[in-house]
Amino acid sequence: MSVHDFYVISPYLAMAGAAVLVILLDLVLPKKGLLPYFSFAVLAGPFIMTLIQFYDLGGAANLLRGADAFTTEDPSILLGAISVDRFALFFNFLIIGTVALVVLASTDYVRNMERFQGEYFALILFAATGMMLLAAATELITIYVSLELTTLPLAALTAFLLNRNSSEAGMKFLIISAISSALMLYGMALVFGFTGSTQLADISIAIGQATGDTPFGNYALFVGIVLMIAGFGFKLSAAPFQMWVPDVYEGGPTPVVAFLSVASKAAAFAVVLRVLFTGFFDVALDWGILIAGLAAASMIIGNLVAISQSNIRRLFGYSTISHAGYILVGVAAGVKSGDGIFKAPEFAAIGPDSVLFYLAAYAAANLTAFFAITIISSKISSDQISDYAGLSTRNPLLAGVLALSLLALVGVPPTGIFIAKLYIFTAAVDSGLIWLAILGVINSAVSAYYYVRIIRVMFTEPATSEVKISGSPAPWLALGLAGAAMVFMGIAPGFVMEAAQEAVRALAV
Amino acid sequence: MVTEAAIWAIFLLPLGSFAFAALVVRPFFNRYSLISGIVTIAALGTALGFSIWTLRSVVLGHNLDFEPFEWLEVGGATIEMGLLVDPLTAVMLVVVSGVSLLVQVYSLGYMKGDASFSRYYAYMSLFTAAMLGLVLASNIIQLYVFWELVGVSSYLLIGFWHERPAAAAAAKKAFIITRIGDVGFIIAILYLFTQADAFAAAGLNAFHIPDIWEAAQPEAAAGAILGGAVLTWLALGIFAGAAGKSGQFPLHTWLPDAMEGPTPVSALIHAATMVAAGVFLVARFFPVFEQSADAMTVVALVGAFTAIFAASMGLVMNDIKRVMAYSTISQLGYMMAALGLGLYAAAIFHLVTHAAFKALLFLGAGSVNHATGTFDMRYMGGLWRHLPVTYVLVVVAGLSLVGIIPLAGFWSKDEILLGAWNGNGPVDTWVSRVTFSALLAGVIVTAFYTIRMIILTFHGEFRGGIDRELEEKAQSAPAGASSPEGNGGHGGVHLAESPWVMVLPMVVLGVGALLLGYLANPQWNEEIGIPKHWITGFLGDGLGAALGAVGHAETLDFSRWMATVSTVAALSGIGLAVLVYLRRRDQRADPLERLKPLHTLLSQKYYLDTLYEDVMVRKGFFKYFAGTVDWIDRNLVDGVVDLIGWFFRNIGTAIGKLQTGQVQAYATGIAFGVLAIILALLLA
Repeated sequence: MSVHDFYVISPYLAMAGAAVLVILLDLVLPKKGLLPYFSFAVLAGPFIMTLIQFYDLGGAANLLRGADAFTTEDPSILLGAISVDRFALFFNFLIIGTVALVVLASTDYVRNMERFQGEYFALILFAATGMMLLAAATELITIYVSLELTTLPLAALTAFLLNRNSSEAGMKFLIISAISSALMLYGMALVFGFTGSTQLADISIAIGQATGDTPFGNYALFVGIVLMIAGFGFKLSAAPFQMWVPDVYEGGPTPVVAFLSVASKAAAFAVVLRVLFTGFFDVALDWGILIAGLAAASMIIGNLVAISQSNIRRLFGYSTISHAGYILVGVAAGVKSGDGIFKAPEFAAIGPDSVLFYLAAYAAANLTAFFAITIISSKISSDQISDYAGLSTRNPLLAGVLALSLLALVGVPPTGIFIAKLYIFTAAVDSGLIWLAILGVINSAVSAYYYVRIIRVMFTEPATSEVKISGSPAPWLALGLAGAAMVFMGIAPGFVMEAAQEAVRALAV
Repeated sequence: MVTEAAIWAIFLLPLGSFAFAALVVRPFFNRYSLISGIVTIAALGTALGFSIWTLRSVVLGHNLDFEPFEWLEVGGATIEMGLLVDPLTAVMLVVVSGVSLLVQVYSLGYMKGDASFSRYYAYMSLFTAAMLGLVLASNIIQLYVFWELVGVSSYLLIGFWHERPAAAAAAKKAFIITRIGDVGFIIAILYLFTQADAFAAAGLNAFHIPDIWEAAQPEAAAGAILGGAVLTWLALGIFAGAAGKSGQFPLHTWLPDAMEGPTPVSALIHAATMVAAGVFLVARFFPVFEQSADAMTVVALVGAFTAIFAASMGLVMNDIKRVMAYSTISQLGYMMAALGLGLYAAAIFHLVTHAAFKALLFLGAGSVNHATGTFDMRYMGGLWRHLPVTYVLVVVAGLSLVGIIPLAGFWSKDEILLGAWNGNGPVDTWVSRVTFSALLAGVIVTAFYTIRMIILTFHGEFRGGIDRELEEKAQSAPAGASSPEGNGGHGGVHLAESPWVMVLPMVVLGVGALLLGYLANPQWNEEIGIPKHWITGFLGDGLGAALGAVGHAETLDFSRWMATVSTVAALSGIGLAVLVYLRRRDQRADPLERLKPLHTLLSQKYYLDTLYEDVMVRKGFFKYFAGTVDWIDRNLVDGVVDLIGWFFRNIGTAIGKLQTGQVQAYATGIAFGVLAIILALLLA
């Protein structure tokens, strides 16, 4: 490895280093109350390195000198394991931003824990390292390792509260993730067996030469790709691999769930886009149908079951499944069936563009909602929607912000998700998936029902207690920043949209 | 000539007053909440001035094409934001800012002492800004953004007194039902996206509204982009959105419930402006609708049916605001029917006069409530002695609604009836005939419920107001079931005329309801410098200019014959109501109740609420559909999964009972998911 290689992976090194630093600080720091602020401050490392790379990159495809990033012609360059391009950097910014907000929002929350505060933050940072790597990985083994680096700390974090619910949720998360990892590894092995390479670029070439009447051209490839998508489906929380979601959302610590629902999902979508579009593009018409089916199932199951939930965190569990469905619509919309006799798939950049924009908009809205819930639940110690009664009198501002974020999740302007939904459904229509777009529009109308119900409870039913709800400045700051981002993306979406389009250009096949 | 900045200011001024009231006054100076009212009124006064300036500029025929600026670029399609200023826009701007200004002045008195005074003005400013933005939008996406914002502010205002469960439920209902209509609207927009390339090839932008008009014209150069059945579906999609907002059957049920909001809100939003947005939307895309006889037929018939159907429910309501709500739905039906028959100018003319007299009726109801504390007409009566000014104004507005010559409503309704009778529109003759009959029958019903409302409220002897109402409610439900606010919200009974801040705006609207119809559309000579058929000609010319002079229904000359017919219809309705109500023996009972089954059917609103809420939502959806999904999820899927899980668990006893059954089940679920996918792909 050359010095330049270290520079290429510096954001990841900095993030992992930050995690280690937090653990070390935890040993020597007498006042544990300062830990969140330190964890926040050390994020400057990965952020600055990403920023430097961003400007360094300029108009170039990626940071690897000379040789093509996706081949192994120049073995000195990290063996083609990662590609630091606009796409990876987009997710670096998204993930670092999310982590920063989650850390800020956790300040009050961790105070209730007697021990392991340092570990809490360190685990978040380790998971973030994995997520950032996932967005850059271009090789199957790296993808697998990054995925495990993401999942294992999250499983530990889910079980962090040490009560029955939390431990059970952590255990379930761990076991289900192990099973899906196994499925994915098996899929990867089959793909490797067929193509003879773990590099996405080489896989793409090998698949291009395969011909056959079976779906995906070949049975080994067929089963391999389906198994890999199933493994990713777990991380995406897409149906039918969604069953763990409500349990984990109900049991885990609220800031961790926020982190899980936003950053983990974004990273999973990043790797799915990378694998499907740069690795498996030649069989895109086959996996396009599969992804469209998963999208439809996720939207329907998520929205319908959410209606009958009485626990707000379970409700958000189903809500996140439905949003995974909307985003998958954008993934499916990235493929157009081309003209001509062979019906070769055509890349439609608008699909992945809309996915990236939706992820950013969803991150802002969902974090706002979860931060509000964190502040509320740490005071009323209940997650029943009925206990949110009269919140408008106990803290009108908090109730107002939560209401705004719920409307944002419905997709009401002027919030980011409105633009994002329009964008994603447009992409679907553009790629000929009109049925999916219509299904999506109907589902968004249905979703108004359960989101608005929460607003109604907060504002209309009499409060059960007169105690005011308040939080310390740091969580409020996180709430304010996320809320501002949510509205900003609705009014001036151009900035994020252009960044998304730039990023997707790195994917172009 | 009006400048571009001035037109933007019409929209930005109320937005600024919203920001000021919400972000400055409410958090920091809530003790001096009167400031937010005064700032809002100042902003709206200026906006009204600019609106009139814009109208004048349009009348003088200035070129008001402004360059839109680019907002977004999505997949090769450019979405712009800009101003579309044509006669329709100019007229709507004056109506919206004018009525809004008057209602805000009135609210100074009506909302006085309310704890959330600043919040009220913040919402009202937000609504007005959104509505003005909607009217000005030159791009369908821009229009949709404001369309939704109008919906959100309506939601906030209906639920303004959110401590009341009924208000909150009504707000939610309004939000959800209008969104059902919006599904159609959004699908229409998405369809336009698919045509972006075809538009671009013709040098057009698929979202720019005048470009959409052009693409719908068969003879234009860019014609045939939209055409045939697709055009019909596109128009019907837009109409679905419009029907939701304008409370057209079957999406009308939210509007009567929306009366839970403060009365000035009902006057502004649920009578004069927001509900008219649906009519505006159809008018905005009229060049598209006009190309599809099928879509026009649907619009006409839905409008006509709504007109008579809603009016019939207005006959039996006891709540004065609900009578007016059904009346609003019915009048919106008249406008829709007119549009469906191709009577573009007449529909908008009726929208304008309706805005004046219906807003006045609502403000009158607010004034009555101010005095009696209730909205229930069974506890009113004899109020003309105590509220003489309100009485006179309500009678003027009521007769205008009925369509008595020479009040405003007569002229606009007459245009519609005459046009319907002539039947020159794009629809078949039978559609015109059916619509005409429904609308004429509607006149009789309208006259009846209006006079019934006036008599019950203002004549006879006073029946006790809120005090009596609470007393009776307490008797019938002794277990403390009566709500302390009753259904009003304005304290006890104090029979006196309202303060001048409330009366003055009513007088201004009263002058409008009196004169607007004739002055805006003189029928004979060039009165005081206003040309004959001014407003219909003005609007019609605007439409003609937009289409490059594609034909539209001609302005019809006044017909004595039609005026006689409609006046006879109105007078027969009035006479009947006077006979039944004015000298009735038992002041406390409604003579209509004797028509037992009919009365029950009407007062149960044809059981549509029951159908929607109990049968479709509660039983159909929750109990059966969601229940089934839930049951399948819990029993069938989990059951099968459990069964297999049980199998593996028993095999696994040797290995140890590490897993709980549930996780095992989830894992099996994943395995089955994979299998299902593989099978599905193989079979596909």
